[in-house]
Amino acid sequence: MKISIERGTLLKAVGQAQSVVERRNTIPILANVLIEAEGDTVSFRATDLDIEVVDKAAAQVERAGATTVSAVTLNEIVRKLPDGALVQLADDGASGRLNIEAGRSQFQLATLPREDFPVMASSEYHANFSAPAPVLRRLFDKSKFAISTEETRYYLNGIYMHVAEVDGGKVLRCVATDGHRLARIDTDLPAGAQDMPGVIVPRKTVGELRKLLDDDEASIAVSVSETKVRFATPAITLTSKVIDGTFPDYTRVIPVGNTRKLEVDAAEFAQAVDRVATVSSERSRAVKLQLDEDRLVLSVNAPDSGAAEEELAVAYGDEKLEIGFNAKYLLEIASQVDRENAVFMFNSAGDPTLMREGNDTSAIYVVMPMRV
Amino acid sequence: MDCDAFYASVEKRDDPSLADKPVIIGGGRRGVVSTACYIARIKGVRSAMPMFQALKLCPEAVVLKGRMEVYTAVSRQIRDLMEELTPAIEPLSLDEAFLDLTGTERLHGTPPAAMLARLVRRMQDEIGITGSIGLSHNKFLAKVASDLDKPRGFSVIGKAETADFLHDRPVRLIWGIGPAAQASLDKAGIRTFSDLKRWDRDALSARFGAMGERLWHLARGQDRRRVQRNAPVKSISNETTFLEDTASAEILDGHIWRLSEKVADRAKARNTAGLVVTLKLKRANHRLLTRQSQLTDPTQIADRIYRTARELFNIVGDEGPYRLLGIGLSHLTSAEGADLSGDLLDPLAGQRARAERATDAIRNRFGSKAIVKGRALR
Repeated sequence: MKISIERGTLLKAVGQAQSVVERRNTIPILANVLIEAEGDTVSFRATDLDIEVVDKAAAQVERAGATTVSAVTLNEIVRKLPDGALVQLADDGASGRLNIEAGRSQFQLATLPREDFPVMASSEYHANFSAPAPVLRRLFDKSKFAISTEETRYYLNGIYMHVAEVDGGKVLRCVATDGHRLARIDTDLPAGAQDMPGVIVPRKTVGELRKLLDDDEASIAVSVSETKVRFATPAITLTSKVIDGTFPDYTRVIPVGNTRKLEVDAAEFAQAVDRVATVSSERSRAVKLQLDEDRLVLSVNAPDSGAAEEELAVAYGDEKLEIGFNAKYLLEIASQVDRENAVFMFNSAGDPTLMREGNDTSAIYVVMPMRV
Repeated sequence: MDCDAFYASVEKRDDPSLADKPVIIGGGRRGVVSTACYIARIKGVRSAMPMFQALKLCPEAVVLKGRMEVYTAVSRQIRDLMEELTPAIEPLSLDEAFLDLTGTERLHGTPPAAMLARLVRRMQDEIGITGSIGLSHNKFLAKVASDLDKPRGFSVIGKAETADFLHDRPVRLIWGIGPAAQASLDKAGIRTFSDLKRWDRDALSARFGAMGERLWHLARGQDRRRVQRNAPVKSISNETTFLEDTASAEILDGHIWRLSEKVADRAKARNTAGLVVTLKLKRANHRLLTRQSQLTDPTQIADRIYRTARELFNIVGDEGPYRLLGIGLSHLTSAEGADLSGDLLDPLAGQRARAERATDAIRNRFGSKAIVKGRALR
């Protein structure tokens, strides 16, 4: 194999691939990236056996071929090369080394045979559809904060992407919960998605996927089977196993009868929560909300370290209510609101509270109160 | 201060008919001796000895399961007496503690030796438990001294006589030297403190690593460790060795519940809660399996510990059979921030927690057996 490629293009492709590679590996080849050159493209493939990323880039291919080298080392080398440099990658097959040349810099990296590199088995996908990057970005960005880290409830360690019915119509929905808060985000069902099986997309995959979604103009091809999910742009293909488990019936969790309505400017609310929570050093800082006629008093009382209180003007017309929440959870859901006011729907101090943005029910959040 | 055959002494105090009988405290046929009274010790019974062996040596022994809650209460009474001497107390267990009496002579107007003599006298008169005292200029020697003439011992090792005292003593006196360390010392030809003293510092470090440095100091009767008040408890755990190895999910479930309840009781008693639940299983072939899970918020509720441990058990992926099961709670914090938040996916968890609190209240009034879960009877 012998190729020449521009440093910036190479850095982008290798960088994308190497982030999948686990830093601590017991199988040496999993630390490597598989480089394959053919025609006028070169592809970089990396895997942790659960996720596989293939990143294609244009290159001048003098001699087709393939080899594997340490993903992290290659990435570091390319990162340190001067911008605009032309990089040549060549292996002669005999020395077991990959030569990298750029300007007056030369490197030789140890290789492992390409035959040893595990390539993820291809799968038959039940549904194929495409969605604009901003649509997927909203679905995953607004739900990922609620993903659980509890290993025992492994089926919560991801985002449940599935087709749901709303008012007789169908939507594409993402749900995540850790038992304390829940996010449920809907979008119009893309053509071709109606037969999609519900899948739990693992947290790491969500993180890798996010890197494909920055380009507002991009369209993402999504393929889903019972066991795998694939997201692809023309340059990058991300394939991931999904979590083998059953996502709990979250619909029972979403309160429908909450009648006490609070409307508040989300940014003001978040800043106030953040300020009063400063006095508590507890792991789970509890913030008390006292609601009265158009008035909200936020307070924290940490016996060992101090107390804080702040009053906000809000829209509230129901009976007085005192309810406590974990400050971190409140901040996280408040920061999901970006256009209109945050609307909280309460029942009692012991029941789950619902939050949405204005009257938009395509993104709703549920948070469990805390005893204060 | 080290109590004499503590558990057995408490039992003899509470049941005078046991006074002249050999008494062993320990668990079951497969268990080990946790304490043997001095009469049983004459027959050769020792702590940590397997029960069947103890009963071979002393078939007439009265074997009792032990009443932890009583021992804990008595330990607390002793602690109160010790606290009148000094606030610097480092408990090693329920029946043993280091007391730092530095500077207390001016406070009490009496030298430490006299205060300690008064302490053991009061323990015997007011609580009915005897103890042995070892008084010296550091923890290592105080511990050695306390074992010198048990029971009702009182030994002092002064600075001036330290070197003479240690000279011919075996190095196994050092607390923490187990059979493995003993074997490697034997290999190096080190049996007594005088053997140890002949080694130079670098050679000891080279041969024994970090322990070498410590050995060099101990050989000279030096120990710079301080008496640490209330060394923080890092975890709470309970385990049980089964009468017979088992792979039965139902039997194991009963053990998981009972142990979770014990751990929760201890957490509640200390007013702490933990964030990490550990399940420990020992297979019949003695291979140890441990699994941990971090919760989203700390707990002291037996029901939550149990459910987490059950989930861990479900994902262990090993058929057993097992000989031992243990439950632990770690990353301890104050109970203030614990169990404040409900679980969306388990709406009944809050009710179960309230039921548990109510159960606790009933037990506090009517005893620990007043109300139990059916699961505990498995």
